[in-house]
Amino acid sequence: MKKIIAIALSVLMVLSLFGCQKKPAETEADTKGEGVMTYDEYAALEVKEDNQPAVVIETYVQAKQSWWDDKATLYTQDKDGAYFLYNIPCTKELYDKLVPGQKIKVTGYKSVWSGEAEVVDANIELEDGNYVAPAQDVTALLGTEDLVKKQNQFVSFKGMTVEAYDETGAAFAYKNPTEKSDDLYFKVSKDGKTLDCCVEFYLTGQDTDVYKAVENLKVGDKVDLEGFLYWYEGANPHITSVTPAK
Amino acid sequence: MRRFLPDKTTGRPAVRALWRALPAALLLAAVLFLCAGCHGSRGLPEFAVPEAADESRTFELTFWAKNDTNKSQTAIYQKAIEEFEALYPNVHVNLRLYTDYGKIYNDVITNIATNTTPNICITYPDHIATYRTGTNVVAPLDGLLADERYGLGGSQLRFEGAGKDGIRPEFLSECYLDGQLFAVPFMRSTEACYINQDFVEALGYEVPDVLTWDFIWEVAEAAAERDADGVYRLNGQKVMFPFIYKSTDNMMIQMLRQLDAGYSTADGEIRIFNDTTRRLLKEIAGHVKARAFSTFSITGYPANFLNAGQCVFAVDSTAGSTWMGSDAPLLDISEDKLVRFRTAVRPVPQADPEHPQMISQGPSICLFNKADPQEVLWSWLFTQYLLSNSVQTAYAETEGYVPVTVPAREDPQYLDYLSRAGEDNNEHYSVKIEATQLLLDHTADTFVTPVYNGSASLRDAAGQMIENVTKSVRRQETVDDAYLDKLFSDVTALYRLDSHGGVSAGGKADLGPLPRTAVLLLAALALAWAGIGCWYLHEKRREKRGA
Repeated sequence: MKKIIAIALSVLMVLSLFGCQKKPAETEADTKGEGVMTYDEYAALEVKEDNQPAVVIETYVQAKQSWWDDKATLYTQDKDGAYFLYNIPCTKELYDKLVPGQKIKVTGYKSVWSGEAEVVDANIELEDGNYVAPAQDVTALLGTEDLVKKQNQFVSFKGMTVEAYDETGAAFAYKNPTEKSDDLYFKVSKDGKTLDCCVEFYLTGQDTDVYKAVENLKVGDKVDLEGFLYWYEGANPHITSVTPAK
Repeated sequence: MRRFLPDKTTGRPAVRALWRALPAALLLAAVLFLCAGCHGSRGLPEFAVPEAADESRTFELTFWAKNDTNKSQTAIYQKAIEEFEALYPNVHVNLRLYTDYGKIYNDVITNIATNTTPNICITYPDHIATYRTGTNVVAPLDGLLADERYGLGGSQLRFEGAGKDGIRPEFLSECYLDGQLFAVPFMRSTEACYINQDFVEALGYEVPDVLTWDFIWEVAEAAAERDADGVYRLNGQKVMFPFIYKSTDNMMIQMLRQLDAGYSTADGEIRIFNDTTRRLLKEIAGHVKARAFSTFSITGYPANFLNAGQCVFAVDSTAGSTWMGSDAPLLDISEDKLVRFRTAVRPVPQADPEHPQMISQGPSICLFNKADPQEVLWSWLFTQYLLSNSVQTAYAETEGYVPVTVPAREDPQYLDYLSRAGEDNNEHYSVKIEATQLLLDHTADTFVTPVYNGSASLRDAAGQMIENVTKSVRRQETVDDAYLDKLFSDVTALYRLDSHGGVSAGGKADLGPLPRTAVLLLAALALAWAGIGCWYLHEKRREKRGA
């Protein structure tokens, strides 16, 4: 009997420990505050020539592109989708607190610039919560209309082949070829579908692994890519990782 | 392919980065000049033209230039350097290229403090006005220009330069600040309106030789008609921005100039907040509400919408002409989005078509003063080489620029180039040459705004007002007098227009409390001086003891 009671108590204790455990980050990411729109509601908002909708979102910082003159540009995402925050008023003190995973509430306007959906002229508030999105493999969506639904998310493209970037046959191009102090551009393909990629200098500068990796690319290389699915007149991901294809 | 725009406006994020960088750069400038004040305003000695160029010594010159991520332009700079070094073997020119003017400006400001400015720099007169706030930072060029040996058409030149009076006076006059010459023009452009002629005619209009604002607004509003499903009747698409303006600061400046309304005086008195500005902003608000107008900053590159059949009138620099039209050599949209149409090129819309007025823009060259005046002299000789026919015409042909010198504009090879418009869609791309010809034909109709310390801020403010009004209308806000009162007040504060752009002509900043970093910097300087003082006293005491 004593044994049974001891086992029962042990099981109870273990179960209670599980109960005390913090909820998984993914579950937290789903919780929206009052008056806050879901990603689906945000995505459904149409930016028209005569109507720029106001938005209130809760999201999680995934990466910081830049801060200058009290304005920040951020890649953010929740469990359901991503939000690119462009040139948002933000003090340096607040910017320093915006580490990857940090939950924020954003009140601003949805805008579309050359196909890129973004939040502008917004206010940022820190909230409790943490979520870092894993890279979602969207290789199968390349060349389909569904790819845009993943816009701004942290994604991966697997088994891509490096193509010649331009008529010179180079595998990549510098925006500033003499000083090498600006963006890099390269092109990859799979199954006849091509993807224009950018190494955004403000996000990942010349000292980063990804910048160096792209500088070493050769036409025909097989690579796996990760990055944020930015849009400029079509998919133009800001690549954060280039590794040999597995 | 990503787009790299030439001229003052550059590809994203650079152009927006520049927008956000300027106020901070002004702050930085203010701090630097305050620091200079700590040293008793000592600067370099005033530049005087040396007796002769010293060929017994070697000279390393630094040349900061901007290219449009255009390999041809880079090659032209490099070729010019090689040719110059062959003529003057004792000189070596180091080229540093930038892809936007904002970065050059920021770097120059940073390097003024450490006296590590380049020798030669491609820049804008607005920026030079800020550089000049330091003591003798920028070399005045009047003496060099007129020098009989080394000036324009000088007897000692080893190359065919622009010649005496060889720079077009309209362009040279832009480079005078406070009555002194501080730059020479390098290239010039203006803005052009690139038009989908098929759309205009489909709406029942003919494209006139000179557009008026009334015409543009009327056609743009007609183009904004949609059916019940929200599809635009003109293009059968759900997207249409009938009129997109790339540079809204230029838009406001030109509108005011054409109406003879106030902008600023030559010495920096702000006059932009007037009834005409108010009326224009209300008119623009009405056209935004009618879905007839948008801007680059809000929507995207005008060329992309024009080429996709989603825009009727796209205003951009003549130096952006290679992106405009169905056959443009540079495209940023995919082939499946590209539509075919006839592209007409016209001057920007006018208030009075009988007396057209359009802005003159484009890069100039300034020289930084150095302790060794020989460096400045050699820099000047290289600058003159950049004004020689071969450099001028080659560079102008890369985009819709025009040469700034009379000999280059009359060069038979250049005239032949102009006569071959449309022979191909690269070197002789018709839209590019038409845009170039537009400025050649209208050089006398160009103007510039006054340049003074702070003029760059006023220019930004002019565009910001159009951007704000456009955004507000799209956000269903009311643009009325109360709104405009607040707008005027807001941009005055944002761009510090109540203090001549934040840095007074006298060189002292009035920017309110110093930023923390500046306070720390100044404190560190004070500590360093205190340390030096203590060390000096300590050494003196030791000497006395030793004695």
